[in-house]
Amino acid sequence: MANPMKIRAAAKDGVTEVKVLMSHEMETGQRKDASGARVPAHFITELSATWNGKVVLEAQFGTAVSRNPFLAFKFKGGARGDKVVVTWKDNKGDTRTDEAAIS
Amino acid sequence: MIKQRRDVLKSGSSLGVLGLLAAAGVIKPGLALAAWNESAFKVGSLEKTLAALGAGRPATSAAISIEAPEIAENGAEVRIGVSSTLPKVESISILIEKNPDALAAAFKLPEGTEANVQIRCKMSQTSNVYALIKSDGKFLVAMKEVKVTLGGCGG
Repeated sequence: MANPMKIRAAAKDGVTEVKVLMSHEMETGQRKDASGARVPAHFITELSATWNGKVVLEAQFGTAVSRNPFLAFKFKGGARGDKVVVTWKDNKGDTRTDEAAIS
Repeated sequence: MIKQRRDVLKSGSSLGVLGLLAAAGVIKPGLALAAWNESAFKVGSLEKTLAALGAGRPATSAAISIEAPEIAENGAEVRIGVSSTLPKVESISILIEKNPDALAAAFKLPEGTEANVQIRCKMSQTSNVYALIKSDGKFLVAMKEVKVTLGGCGG
């Protein structure tokens, strides 16, 4: 099981800014280990974020997204205490869902 | 006996229909995660990626801005932000020309989500970074060069 994400969501002037820090190795499949063997690709492929059950962002990642990916986005609406839920899935089928309340 | 067999067949075929519907996207699985667009992420060069995304040769737009460092010391973590004042932005894609596969990330923005995303990417070397936006059904693009001192492919 992957480590939890860090999610911050803050509402200001009717717009909520969400910042997500995921914990994932994001292995590209290009790198070789000490013995020269190729390290197989292991990376987040899909992500979705919802606010009170409504989808506010859908993303697809390639291997070029950094290790422990950072993502920030903004949506209209959102009030203090509302729930923002982020889910990701990687190419090995592993998945993780975390949530945060808007501050 | 025969009747039972029929029932089994029936339930089997109805499952088949459900599966088909799910595959066709009529019934969405709980998480509503879109299938990963392998044909666009694994295709390699910039032109091929644009074609795979259905963008063809998009026109350049001054209404798209790319926030990225002029010089990135560490190619493993380059913060790239894309924002735009264009109306009805449906999707934002970030493409890095000189990476092995140009497409780094693609975002789908439902109504109400602002055309403003930031993400950290790996860059193998100095390259042009393109932000491709679908606005009101039309593809538009902006470009910025980012110089990389140390590549991000672990080399």
